[in-house]
Amino acid sequence: MDITERKRKERQLIVHTVVSLAIFAAGWLFLPILTEKILLGVVLVLIAGALYFSNNTGRYVCKRVLLALLTVFIISAITFFAMNAIPGGPFSKEKAPSAAVQAVLEERFHLNEPVGKQFILYLEGLMQGNFGVSTKTGREISTTIFDSFSISAQLGGYAALLAVVLGVLFGSIAALNRAKAADRIIIFFTTLFVAVPSFIMATLLLLVFCLQLNWFPIFSADNQSYVLPVVALMLSPMSYITRLTKTSMLDVLGQDYIRTARAKGVSQWLVIFKHALRNALIPVITYVGPMTAYILTGSMVVESVFTTGGLGTKFVQGITNRDYPMIMGTTIFLATLMVTATLLSDLVYKLVDPRIDFD
Amino acid sequence: MSEMPLLQVKNLHTSFFTDAGEVKAVNGISYNLDAGKVLGIVGESGSGKSVSAYSIMRILTDTGRVTGGEVLFKGENILNYTPQQMQKFRGSRISIIFQDPMTCLNPTFSIGSQLREAIRIHTDRNKEQIQARAVEMLQLVGVNEPERRLRQYPHELSGGMRQRVMIAMALACEPDILIADEPTTALDVTIQAQILELMQSLQKKLGMAIIMITHDLGVIADMCDEIIVMYGGKVCERGTADEIFYNPRHEYTKGLIRSIPRISEKHEKLVPIAGSPVDLLNLPKGCAFAARCDHAMKICLEQPPEEIRVNDFHIAACWNNVRRMMEDGQLEVKDGEEV
Repeated sequence: MDITERKRKERQLIVHTVVSLAIFAAGWLFLPILTEKILLGVVLVLIAGALYFSNNTGRYVCKRVLLALLTVFIISAITFFAMNAIPGGPFSKEKAPSAAVQAVLEERFHLNEPVGKQFILYLEGLMQGNFGVSTKTGREISTTIFDSFSISAQLGGYAALLAVVLGVLFGSIAALNRAKAADRIIIFFTTLFVAVPSFIMATLLLLVFCLQLNWFPIFSADNQSYVLPVVALMLSPMSYITRLTKTSMLDVLGQDYIRTARAKGVSQWLVIFKHALRNALIPVITYVGPMTAYILTGSMVVESVFTTGGLGTKFVQGITNRDYPMIMGTTIFLATLMVTATLLSDLVYKLVDPRIDFD
Repeated sequence: MSEMPLLQVKNLHTSFFTDAGEVKAVNGISYNLDAGKVLGIVGESGSGKSVSAYSIMRILTDTGRVTGGEVLFKGENILNYTPQQMQKFRGSRISIIFQDPMTCLNPTFSIGSQLREAIRIHTDRNKEQIQARAVEMLQLVGVNEPERRLRQYPHELSGGMRQRVMIAMALACEPDILIADEPTTALDVTIQAQILELMQSLQKKLGMAIIMITHDLGVIADMCDEIIVMYGGKVCERGTADEIFYNPRHEYTKGLIRSIPRISEKHEKLVPIAGSPVDLLNLPKGCAFAARCDHAMKICLEQPPEEIRVNDFHIAACWNNVRRMMEDGQLEVKDGEEV
């Protein structure tokens, strides 16, 4: 009884998942350019379905993807209505254009419609991969996001990579030299870097290394030096990972299975970097996913201090300009990135720790 | 010198250097172990029985250090080995299994990966041979469906199964000595019996020597050729199993035997040993057990007892034993000794 009931429910769920995924994929991919995207959509649905039937992990991924879509939808809805609820609009400025011009502009951006209708129109556009155009510059939002994200991704990619590699390395060194000089020095600096806010750190770096020491040029179009912005972005998360790794490493090194490994005759090096590190990294992974998303999307402050530009800057500019399509575009993009990173880190979690069961 | 013992422990001292001071866990123990024999080490928590074993394997924690003595394996002092020599030695010549199989296997690696690692470190077999050896070892320790088990992770196995895997891992390279540090303490009673039986049958089959560490005299009664009773990091009494059980000479041993439940004597209450273990930070001047001993004499508090030979199979370090033997005329009173 129980089993058949469960099976029926499961089958129902499967059908629902596949259908909704199919609809979504269809809506998203069909309309603008048919041929290639249909293919891609079919592949997507097939992958989802195949994953779904095979095992718990597949099922879990499907559920999480659906939930992620829902999350992004809710975030965009809240953003849309909240930004419309604030008095004023993109075209209410000190020097207001004439009534006729204003009417044309509002017509063009559907601002004369009721807010609910505007939202539906926006979603319709979104389904076709159309983020709209900026009310400020008239450029395609998707192009702007793509351009500014490539800067953020480059900066953030280096920063995230360095933060993880150095953080794990320093954390392990600190744990292995507990209460010795190396540990004390590492913990002193990491505490400092966690405590100092990034805008102060960025300013300090700029002041010391650009203006005083002249080691790095000030960032400009012809002289794109990414070193300082990367360092400024990286220091705080690196310090956090260092401390996390140290704590967790110390905990793991005291475990019985480490003694077992030593008793088997495993070399000290392998004990630490194979048997201990894998276990010590489990808590670190939870942090790394969202951290990477956060760094990738660009810290507005660091971008402004070093004038590198990037997604964070565009996001803030969008808000100050009341550039509705820009706000929506960046919000949805950032939300998607964050949700994806969290999902990925949860999946990596499973890879590292076989005890995790996704059901 | 033809009959050199396999393992000779001579006057071994081990201390832990903590913030509170030097914790003297092992204070001069000596024993010999012949090839293929089973030696039992009995004592309560903190008596130094596990620490003495870890000292031999040199797997003490960072704060622990061997402060004196020798450990001779086939005549070579392994305390002088370099870390690299020691790595080759551990797991191949002497192996160890631990108390809690639930926490002694790495949760993030499969059984197979951990077992194969033990084999790979000490042999130059190729991949297929290693796999075959792993399967063979699991069969030997009575694990069913070995191929499937090798792919599983520790959390998918029961406690008894995990201890069997630990034993397989320890014996994979055919060591001369297997140290079993309370191998059954964390297991169910029924599983305990199975594991002990398994160890006995493996001992007969493979012929390695076993050092069986336990706090439970009952566990090792019919398994051991020789038994050492430890208290406060010292040997109280050492002898064949029969001598220890039927002719105990140390008051602590007598207490331990009184605290074993017996099926035959139904309504007898078990007699615990009163008091708590000795403080290893501040060892007393005299006998470590004196404070808890019902028969403590003046000399017990002032002078540590020496190990006295009771007979060819029995050594005891207890002033009461000395007195008894003197009364029986087996020992002569030395000058200046007052009892």
